[in-house]
Amino acid sequence: MTTGPANPPLDRRARWRNRVVAVTGLATMWVLLWGTLSWANVINGLVVAAVLVVVFPLPPVTFAGRIRPVGLLRFVLRFLLDLVVASAQIAWLAVRFGHTPHAAIIAVRLRVNSDLNLTLTAEALSLVPGSLILEADRGTGTLYVHVLGVRTPAEVERFRDGVLDLEARIIAAIGSAEELRTLDRPAPTGPSEPVDLEGAST
Amino acid sequence: MTLDAVLDVVAAGCLIAGALLSLAAGVALVRFPDLLSRMHAAAKPQVLGLLLVLLGCALRLRSGVDITTLVLVGAFQLATAPVAAHMVGRAAYPHDEIRRDLLLTDELAAHLDDVRARRADAPGEPDPASRPA
Repeated sequence: MTTGPANPPLDRRARWRNRVVAVTGLATMWVLLWGTLSWANVINGLVVAAVLVVVFPLPPVTFAGRIRPVGLLRFVLRFLLDLVVASAQIAWLAVRFGHTPHAAIIAVRLRVNSDLNLTLTAEALSLVPGSLILEADRGTGTLYVHVLGVRTPAEVERFRDGVLDLEARIIAAIGSAEELRTLDRPAPTGPSEPVDLEGAST
Repeated sequence: MTLDAVLDVVAAGCLIAGALLSLAAGVALVRFPDLLSRMHAAAKPQVLGLLLVLLGCALRLRSGVDITTLVLVGAFQLATAPVAAHMVGRAAYPHDEIRRDLLLTDELAAHLDDVRARRADAPGEPDPASRPA
């Protein structure tokens, strides 16, 4: 499987859409900070957000997909459930006497290599049971995950599948049709090759 | 029982549960064997505990101005806690306070060795996968 650039250049329309999303988000935050929804707050928020977006331009985010409400709802509900289970697990491990939890560090190569998917999966992983993100390799789309509370290699493998399931839920919520098709292909197994630096010769 | 009373009881439940989870996170910080395990404690029960405390506050205060601020606090906590845990874990990873005897496998070590070997082969190449020492 070849690894293309994580971020293909965006066309004009996608750039404008990114800016509109950023301004809307920042203006929403501004209104939430003030706490009351009034025209003055909304207009001030839009002005401040527009200035911020112009003065501090952020690296472009490729968002090729669209938001699917059912997938998003399923992801959020499962995420909240996972967060509760994770907290209970840590609390139980903490108060259990005479037991030292074992751990593992595993490499999981995601099937969809985009910045947005890498970031969202990493963020969600850190809040679900047992896992903590340790390193992300943007070139190959590989996450290095610290897994707490595993005892056998079989459990480690089950955990690897769990990470890919989480990725599938995120893609089902916000991914594009092409990314959804990528999920159906068999996943690459084992730790990935590092980025091929020599291949970049001109 | 009026609606206000019901909401107060639910709020109290949320506040107590949140406080207990934060306590559990604190206990885990003291008792866990190494830094990476401790970051688990800082990332999970602590976040849920804070969310429950925020929910309890929102149910008790019941005014729009306060609730919007609480929503922001919760959203930023969810966004930043994993990043903080990642940064601390990665800063500590190859060097300090990692109990290697408790690790079943370590696939990151192999990856870093590979990157280092490649860098030795091609010293002029920029290396996105590693960080300065």
